[in-house]
Amino acid sequence: MIEIERLQLYYGTFHALKDISLSIPEKRVTAFIGPSGCGKSTLLRTLNRMNDAIDGVRIEGKVEIQGQDIYAPDMEVETLRKRVGMVFQQPNPFPKSIYDNVAYGPRLHGKRKKAELDEIVEKSLRAASLWEEVRDVLKKSAWSLSGGQQQRLCIARALAVEPDILLMDESTSALDPISTNKIEELTRELSRNYTIVMVTHNMHQAARISDRTVFFLNGQVIEAADTETLFSNPADRRTEDYISGRFG
Amino acid sequence: MNLSYKEVKRDTAVQASKPFPKHRIEEWRGKAYVYVCILVLIVTIFSIVYFIAVRGLTPFVSGGVGVGEMLFGKVWDPDAEQPLYGALPFLYGSFATSLLAAAIAAPLGFCAAIFMTEMMPKLGRTVLQPAIELLAGIPSVVYGFVGLSVIVPFLRHTFPGQGIGIMAGSIVLSIMILPTVTTIATDALRSLPSGLKEGSYALGATRWQTISRIILPTTLPSLLTGIVLGIARAFGEALAVQMVIGNAPHIPDSLFESAATLTSIITLSMGNTTLGSAHNNALWSLALILLLMTFVFVFIVRLLERRAKR
Ligand SMILES: Nc1ncnc2c1ncn2[C@@H]1O[C@H](COP(=O)(O)OP(=O)(O)OP(=O)(O)O)[C@@H](O)[C@H]1O
Ligand SMILES: [Mg+2]
Repeated sequence: MIEIERLQLYYGTFHALKDISLSIPEKRVTAFIGPSGCGKSTLLRTLNRMNDAIDGVRIEGKVEIQGQDIYAPDMEVETLRKRVGMVFQQPNPFPKSIYDNVAYGPRLHGKRKKAELDEIVEKSLRAASLWEEVRDVLKKSAWSLSGGQQQRLCIARALAVEPDILLMDESTSALDPISTNKIEELTRELSRNYTIVMVTHNMHQAARISDRTVFFLNGQVIEAADTETLFSNPADRRTEDYISGRFG
Repeated sequence: MNLSYKEVKRDTAVQASKPFPKHRIEEWRGKAYVYVCILVLIVTIFSIVYFIAVRGLTPFVSGGVGVGEMLFGKVWDPDAEQPLYGALPFLYGSFATSLLAAAIAAPLGFCAAIFMTEMMPKLGRTVLQPAIELLAGIPSVVYGFVGLSVIVPFLRHTFPGQGIGIMAGSIVLSIMILPTVTTIATDALRSLPSGLKEGSYALGATRWQTISRIILPTTLPSLLTGIVLGIARAFGEALAVQMVIGNAPHIPDSLFESAATLTSIITLSMGNTTLGSAHNNALWSLALILLLMTFVFVFIVRLLERRAKR
């Protein structure tokens, strides 16, 4: 369970997230939708503190994961990111073998034994439904995989550190329809065990696979509701305009 | 000449009646100019290589010196009754100084590059990078002078020996090649796709883990290119080294003992010999060895570049 309370985020003087309060349910898929530049990625990246590295970012308010304030001074950002995995828009496998890509995270966090790593790699690749395709070529470079396979490898890589939450920022937008389909199915599958927060520009995708949908506009949450409700019976006029394609 | 293809064609059609349209002449003139420049360049390169090769091969062809004798002989005494042309001490000196210089400059250069790209990009771009690039513009005689008045006395006081020698030469050279190593490393680190770093951080890696496990391995071929270019530069540097190395033509027992390099012995002896004499030709053989080494370095750099592209 993620609780966001009165969150403000500034890029220098630019007020990018305005007074956001939101709760994201556990073991569900939550989709962020909204026009370009409205702050979806920014909010997603506050959840694993990827914005920390950007110069001039200032954050106020509270973000709690399982009751723990992730911006508290004693919070170790590495520990947080181990619990909150992220999959990016462009597949970004490391220039290493498929095996080493998946084993990268576990090795970072101190896992050394070959047998243990083998097991994690297989489990993660299976969970990302990539195992059957790569089981015989684990030593091959990850860059030799197709775009869709690379993205599933990145999902496997994120799962290998056993996170509770998975953030996906337009993770299918660089892929072909068939790969997109696979990853959508996978997302549904994973939501049984993981809390998933995804950003998407594809409203059909949000409607198809998310349980809850949050609509953003200009750095503000306009409406957050069950996906069915939000798409069939939006409470706010602006939401209705957006999902019916009148702007954005 | 920003005309698009279509416009050029239309232009030709309009002016086709005239014998030489203006742009045709311009085109021809431009082409001729480029070809002449290329020709001059090729002729220059070939004549240099040819000249060095002819002179440098004379001792082996007609001077009765064996290739093995030159490459592995330990005594260099061209003015003796029985002249000896053993260049091993100079080969040793050249390799030792340039490799040691690279060994000193590489870690410094990498750390500077990482500092400038990963830790303090702003300070790096505005202060550190211009400062390091400035090093590249300092003339070698100044390096030699500083080496002679600062590094040599320091070594003399700290280690046994005269202070002059391979160590002094290496330190001076390492500062001279630092800009090469740093600039190439910085460029490589800057051009690394940011997605790789983010991917690593997002898995809970610390900055150091990301540097050592992702950034360095990925940019390794480019980093090595920088080192090889640095070695090539060090190998060919004459003046600064000559000022601090001592120029004794023998293989030293320690790094703090007078030694000599291929370049230092050429610059030192060139003026004292007459063109065409056996001694002079032997110096050309040393120059030929330098030239061949340069080819080897260029070849290695090419190989590394091809690997970096993959
Ligand atoms: N590093 C940054 N520095 C300054 N401003 C930024 C930075 N990153 C994003 N912004 C600004 O913050 C706002 C929100 O950006 P964000 O990337 O969160 O939008 P988004 O909703 O994800 O858009 P898109 O759908 O196009 O990905 C934009 O106006 C953007 O210009
Ligand atoms: Mg975005």
